[in-house]
Amino acid sequence: MQSRVIEKAASLLESGACTRVLGWKAGAFFYDVTPAVFTCAQEVREQMVFNPFCGANLSKYLIAESRKEGRIAVFLKPCDTFSFVQLQKEHRIARDKVWAVGVQCRGMCDIDSLKELGLKGVTAVEEAEDDLRVTTLYQEKTISRKEALSPRCHTCKSRKLLDCDELIGDQGQDLPSSRFAQVEALEAMTPEERFAFWRGELSKCIRCNACRNVCPACSCEKCVFDNPNSGVQNKAAASSFEENLFHIIRAFHVAGRCTDCGECTRVCPQHIPLHLLNRKFIKDMNEFYGPYQAGGDFDAKPPMLAFTLDDPEASIITNGRDGQ
Amino acid sequence: MQRIGVFVCWCGSNIAATVDVETVAQTLAKEPGVVFSTDYQYMCSQAGQELIQEAIREHRLTGVVICSCSPRMHEATFRKTVEKAGLNPYLLEIANIREQCSWIHKDKLTATQKAVILGRAAIAKVQLNAPLTAGKSPVTKRALVIGGGIAGIQTALDIAEAGFPVDIVEKKPTIGGKMTQIDKTFPTLDCAACILTPKMVDASQNENIDIISYAQVEKVQGFVGNFSVTIRKKARYVDEHKCTGCGLCTEKCPQKKVPNEFNLGLDNRRAIYIPFAQAVPKVATIDPNYCAMLKSGKCGVCAKVCTAGAIDYKQQDQLITREYGAIVVATGFEPIQLDKFDEFAYSQSPDVVTSLEFERLMNAAGPTGGTLLRPSDGKHPHTLVFVQCVGSRCDGAEKGKSYCSKICCMYTAKHAMLTREKYPDTEVYVFYIDVRTPGKNFDEFYRRAVEEYGVHYIKGMVGKVTPQDGKLKVQASDLLGGRQLRIDADMVILAAAIEPDKTARPLATMLTASMDTNDFFTEAHPKLRPVESPTAGIFLSGACQGPKDIPETVAQASAAAAKVIGLLVKDSLTCNPCTAKPDELMCNGCSSCEKVCPYGAITYVDKSFRGPNRTTLIRRVAQVNPAVCQGCGACTVACPSGAMDLLGFSNQQILAEVDAICR
Amino acid sequence: MQVNETFTPTIVAFCCNWCSYAGADLSGTNRLQYPANVKIIRIPCSCRLNPMFILRAFQRGADGVILCGCHPGDCHYTTGNYYARRRMTLLFSLLDFMGIERERTRVEWVSAAEGAKFAATMNDFTQTITRLGPNRRLEDLRCKVE
Repeated sequence: MQSRVIEKAASLLESGACTRVLGWKAGAFFYDVTPAVFTCAQEVREQMVFNPFCGANLSKYLIAESRKEGRIAVFLKPCDTFSFVQLQKEHRIARDKVWAVGVQCRGMCDIDSLKELGLKGVTAVEEAEDDLRVTTLYQEKTISRKEALSPRCHTCKSRKLLDCDELIGDQGQDLPSSRFAQVEALEAMTPEERFAFWRGELSKCIRCNACRNVCPACSCEKCVFDNPNSGVQNKAAASSFEENLFHIIRAFHVAGRCTDCGECTRVCPQHIPLHLLNRKFIKDMNEFYGPYQAGGDFDAKPPMLAFTLDDPEASIITNGRDGQ
Repeated sequence: MQRIGVFVCWCGSNIAATVDVETVAQTLAKEPGVVFSTDYQYMCSQAGQELIQEAIREHRLTGVVICSCSPRMHEATFRKTVEKAGLNPYLLEIANIREQCSWIHKDKLTATQKAVILGRAAIAKVQLNAPLTAGKSPVTKRALVIGGGIAGIQTALDIAEAGFPVDIVEKKPTIGGKMTQIDKTFPTLDCAACILTPKMVDASQNENIDIISYAQVEKVQGFVGNFSVTIRKKARYVDEHKCTGCGLCTEKCPQKKVPNEFNLGLDNRRAIYIPFAQAVPKVATIDPNYCAMLKSGKCGVCAKVCTAGAIDYKQQDQLITREYGAIVVATGFEPIQLDKFDEFAYSQSPDVVTSLEFERLMNAAGPTGGTLLRPSDGKHPHTLVFVQCVGSRCDGAEKGKSYCSKICCMYTAKHAMLTREKYPDTEVYVFYIDVRTPGKNFDEFYRRAVEEYGVHYIKGMVGKVTPQDGKLKVQASDLLGGRQLRIDADMVILAAAIEPDKTARPLATMLTASMDTNDFFTEAHPKLRPVESPTAGIFLSGACQGPKDIPETVAQASAAAAKVIGLLVKDSLTCNPCTAKPDELMCNGCSSCEKVCPYGAITYVDKSFRGPNRTTLIRRVAQVNPAVCQGCGACTVACPSGAMDLLGFSNQQILAEVDAICR
Repeated sequence: MQVNETFTPTIVAFCCNWCSYAGADLSGTNRLQYPANVKIIRIPCSCRLNPMFILRAFQRGADGVILCGCHPGDCHYTTGNYYARRRMTLLFSLLDFMGIERERTRVEWVSAAEGAKFAATMNDFTQTITRLGPNRRLEDLRCKVE
């Protein structure tokens, strides 16, 4: 895969079909992969990578990149294409300035998952069918790819590549996913248990804004929390309430627009499962207003911008559920 | 620095008996920004208003808070008061300490404390009030009526009578609509043509009315008072101004096998045709799908026989763009397609007809010259079965319509009665779910059909119609008699449900007018504003809003006209200044606000902004038309960026009130 | 949660201008009592209510927040309350999901004619909030787990 992606990127630049390529390059460590824009084929061959650690969703960068001169090629994994479509629905990406190359994905890996397996000092990871050959400072070990997957990839909802100009790998299918299991487990708890859970999680928030900055749905020109005219501006927490407010409002603002790509949780340095808040909204919207997948197509109307005459009343939250 | 004046009203003893007004005035005087605070018996009295005005001048007040009765009562009064003293009328806030305080509390201490908090909230809000000016927008004094049926004609005539120019756009070659096809009208049984055609002539002769027939609305821009509409006038290949309507061409045209839509395909017409004798405008039209000259360039008979030289095979569609102040939708209805109701054998036997086809078979100008003959063999039918609610009041929406089509009960009673009157040797059965005949003289009419004309009304539905040996075998259930019936009928007449015309939905999109799930236009208020669309400047006339009979349609048509006239007599419109306002620097152009706006007040433009390093960035940003926006605020919450705010009820203002109440 | 006799909750009621604010006026005109804890903020339509306002009220010390609007189908702006209904349903569900007492927030449709309903609703809501006691959870959500 790596070589096909890099060759494709280089040839798109060499042929002049695109002036820039949006891909990934290695950081300080090979698994510390960061999004990057390349402008010449040589640069691509020297620096560009495509390995199981290229989890970053590149679609958000297209908002700025597609406004620039010339056409940019971008490599999108299936879950990234949902964000790509959603951003187009919101008129954020100039589609004609983008050459989208869909790259089929078998789940991205996470260095933390490797560390949990007891693999320390990892120096290289090689893909081999369903396995990964891991080289560390101390040993060489073959593990199954499944064991190394990023937690979000265990509940992958779809491998469908949407709205791409060309594909590397197959088109892909929707997958049966148990992505709501964790939400359901929380729902089954008592309010006190849920409160304890979230208090524990949100207490860790350091308000670094990484979740917001990586989120393709959080693509506002200026976030309300940064806007002095919004009445709710606060760059640093003035009271313990601020983080709650931030995460609730953030979840509300992306409700109906969040494609469930899981980037928020991936980048959280405090490992707060922020995606659960978004997923709760998604689950509720599916249950109350019918199935909807943000970015799943170009036509469906987002549930927050629509209504039916017989929507459930808000009292369903108080009265309509099991439990106390 | 704000200089705020606080005025606490006693309202006689209404407030003063339970609220210590003096304490309220004194406590509020210590609030930040307050430079003047007083109480008075009746603030709304002449003396009270003068007190306010004097304080505004003397203390150079920049904002006024009045603690008094509900703003629904005297907000308008006090706005005028402060305006006369030179203060912008929107720099005023009212704290409701009567209806929401003194009248509902008995304990004076509690009520006084609450009044102070309500006053604080108003002070906190007024600090952030901005002077607002109600804008004016001009009104183009011309109306557009879309649809030339009885609804459109009536609306146009009423508007024209009031002295305003009005255009009727009709998609067919002639105005008149469905009513031209109807034989007689219930409950008086007067001939439809006799009452309609004079109105059509009136419309064509009225100097204020311009009939644009064989045309469709292509594009609508603008807003109330200022619409710009592009109309596509289709090529009819006949010069309307030269054609005298003599009809010679329609007799000589060699293409005789064109289904005649006016008679619903029950007979044929020529490729060049005038829909019916009283058509308005009475000019010929060439049907390009059948004309040999247009298709293959071989014929030209009509041009040869036309003495007026009106035939023009090279005519092109014409685009007309005009300005209007108001638009009336009168697109009417169509009977539904019956292909999903094959149990009634509509597609299998020509003797199974719809009620509208039956109208043509009974009409003196129809294909049979008014003698009721079976379409299959031209023989006189003896047994007729009418089936009600075909496609109306269906449980599942996939087959028919869930609503009642309203007119079928009455026209079926009419058909049954007319049949029995003209042909006493016939047996007439009507199968119904319910007979619904509310309306002046309607129930009497139905009872006459049963009692005087001996029509057999049977409660129950027809299960199946099978054509066999020249008869139609009808299987039905008689629910009241509790038995199955088998009738050998000569004709079966289906009361097909009516639905909005197919052009309605694309038109609604162009007009940004809302529609229900059945494609009927939605009214601004179901009870109180029944002829207006929620979109300002768009009015509704006739069956496009819901099933209606002729008198109801005419009543609504005139009501719509009255509303249009009320709009067009104004030279300019005062806009509500409390409208949504986007912050272009914050807007990311995502279109969320546009999707929830019920008025279509939001559009988008590409604007240039300064980017980093002297670059220019072009971004899509929202624009609100203040003349159209009604100020509900739906967009302000839909906007994730907080770029959309509502003047008079801004985020900061409401947050300030929240803070003042909760502190 | 213990019932605190001396606890007087702060309750913010957001009322749409056309129905519920008029309904509140009517309960005043009819002298129907409800607790003074309830303070009304007038908004043009229930769809104007930003979740931010609710959270801000809680942040600044409110113990309960209620939204009143026109009955579905009666909105002055035809569709506003339908959007409000979806937004509030989802917001309340999320708050419930985070373990915040689900009864602290409520939506009630009150028409301009329902002065009695307005008073009854406010009485009932105030009772509920008094029983729940002061709002702590939203405030405490971030405090360290003991």
